[in-house]
Amino acid sequence: MPMRYVPVALLKTAVFLLSLLPLTWYGWGAWHDTLGANPIEAVTRGFGTWTLNFLLITLAVTPLRKLTGLNLLIRLRRMLGLFTFFYATLHLTSYLWFDQFFDWGEIAQDILKRPFITVGMAAFVLLVPLAATSHNAAIRRLGGRRWQALHRTVYAIGILAVLHYSWLVKADQSQPLLYGGILFVLLGLRAWWREVERREQLAGKYAPRLKRIIPILPRR
Amino acid sequence: MNTPKPSEITPPGLYARRREFLRTSIGAGLAAVLPAPTFAGIGTGAHKSVFSTDEAQTPLKHVSGYCNYYEFGTGKEDPAENAHRLQTRPWQLTIDGLVRKPVTLGIDDILKLAPLEERIYRLRCVEGWSMVIPWLGFPLDVLLKQAEPLGSAKYVEFVTALQPDNMPGTRSRVLNWPYREGLRLDEARHPLTLLAVGLYGDALPKQNGAPLRIVVPWKYGFKSAKSIVAIRFLEHEPQSSWMEANPREYGFYSNVNPEVSHPRWSQATERRIGEFRKRQTLMFNGYGEQVASLYAGMDLRKFY
Repeated sequence: MPMRYVPVALLKTAVFLLSLLPLTWYGWGAWHDTLGANPIEAVTRGFGTWTLNFLLITLAVTPLRKLTGLNLLIRLRRMLGLFTFFYATLHLTSYLWFDQFFDWGEIAQDILKRPFITVGMAAFVLLVPLAATSHNAAIRRLGGRRWQALHRTVYAIGILAVLHYSWLVKADQSQPLLYGGILFVLLGLRAWWREVERREQLAGKYAPRLKRIIPILPRR
Repeated sequence: MNTPKPSEITPPGLYARRREFLRTSIGAGLAAVLPAPTFAGIGTGAHKSVFSTDEAQTPLKHVSGYCNYYEFGTGKEDPAENAHRLQTRPWQLTIDGLVRKPVTLGIDDILKLAPLEERIYRLRCVEGWSMVIPWLGFPLDVLLKQAEPLGSAKYVEFVTALQPDNMPGTRSRVLNWPYREGLRLDEARHPLTLLAVGLYGDALPKQNGAPLRIVVPWKYGFKSAKSIVAIRFLEHEPQSSWMEANPREYGFYSNVNPEVSHPRWSQATERRIGEFRKRQTLMFNGYGEQVASLYAGMDLRKFY
């Protein structure tokens, strides 16, 4: 069956269930003690990794849609974004709970003194308004333009998240570099498309009829 | 040091394990590494040590399953998966530098130098986790004396084996290979500093640094070089691989110190493998009584 005939509801249900697999994996592993010698670290790291994975998957939706013409992908973007927030919340919770046992003094120290925690926390704080406005009423209330401007902070969040990972590892930067590289491509594509659009506008391609007849800007 | 009472020498559990081990290890494992007479003594006759802790020991599967040995990969499970490729026989160790008598010793010669002791030590990793490991070995000083160090020697450098064909992790320059570590001579000669050849009554698993390694229990784990092939006596402080990789984060001393944070994370607490709650990290990993005097008058924030 070609992709465009798959009912959106079915696709969304499938993606929803798939997105719960990492949680199931770590939950099962914690219960059956298969997460190795340091299960708490495995869980905290695992949720962090899946936050990054979902962040990159979410950021891949728009470029994929443009490249493939599969417009229904956009219908998945909100859910994927909310799963990013879901795993970020689990990641943060496991840090607050299992690493610090809610010792708020220590946590404050960590946020102030340790750059990788500072940027990680900043990324999470910036995610909150995005998650809070991920529904249609919010788009209507804010208006499309402002909503979009707000949600563009996800680009900054992506950079902060990769920095967070990179500053955490001891010596081997291969994984953070991989995430950074994918993020670079995803953001770079957007920047490139924007630039192309700008040039086309300058070239008068999208200019209203009147301007095309009497250009305000000289054509190059 | 106390002489062990006969009743302390052979706990039934160890005795049973020795039997089992003898049955299963024909042509493999320790039997291949150690000559028979030494081996016969390893699990059973090993002397107990007053330096041993009576804290709960970390299960062997975690000691040998959760390791940092970057030559076999930077993941914690990588060494357990890849270290079987390490060639541990034949094995030679060269001791040179500022010595009267440079020597090269085979593993069999080294094992004959002194009776093995069991030392149950805490191990604190710089990453914030810890274990309790029953090592087998003897004081490093016994080995160092073989080369008759000169009075001008002030430092000791340890060099880990580099077998690029067997060590997939060395294909990337995460660290400068071969792995090098160092100690001040008085640290190296301290009675706590161990030349370990085994753990849990058996030969060292390869991922834990077979066939012989250093164990310095009051310093972060990376100071305890694994699978060593060379020891050099030097006049000046050597650069270790970790110091070269990141001098701001890894100093020469690297004593366990809850008050001096790693630049990127706190060292105040640690997670003992197998425990849920974190515990407070102890100064010098709890060995302050024995080693604090080595650092009298030193600013340990500066000499981190």
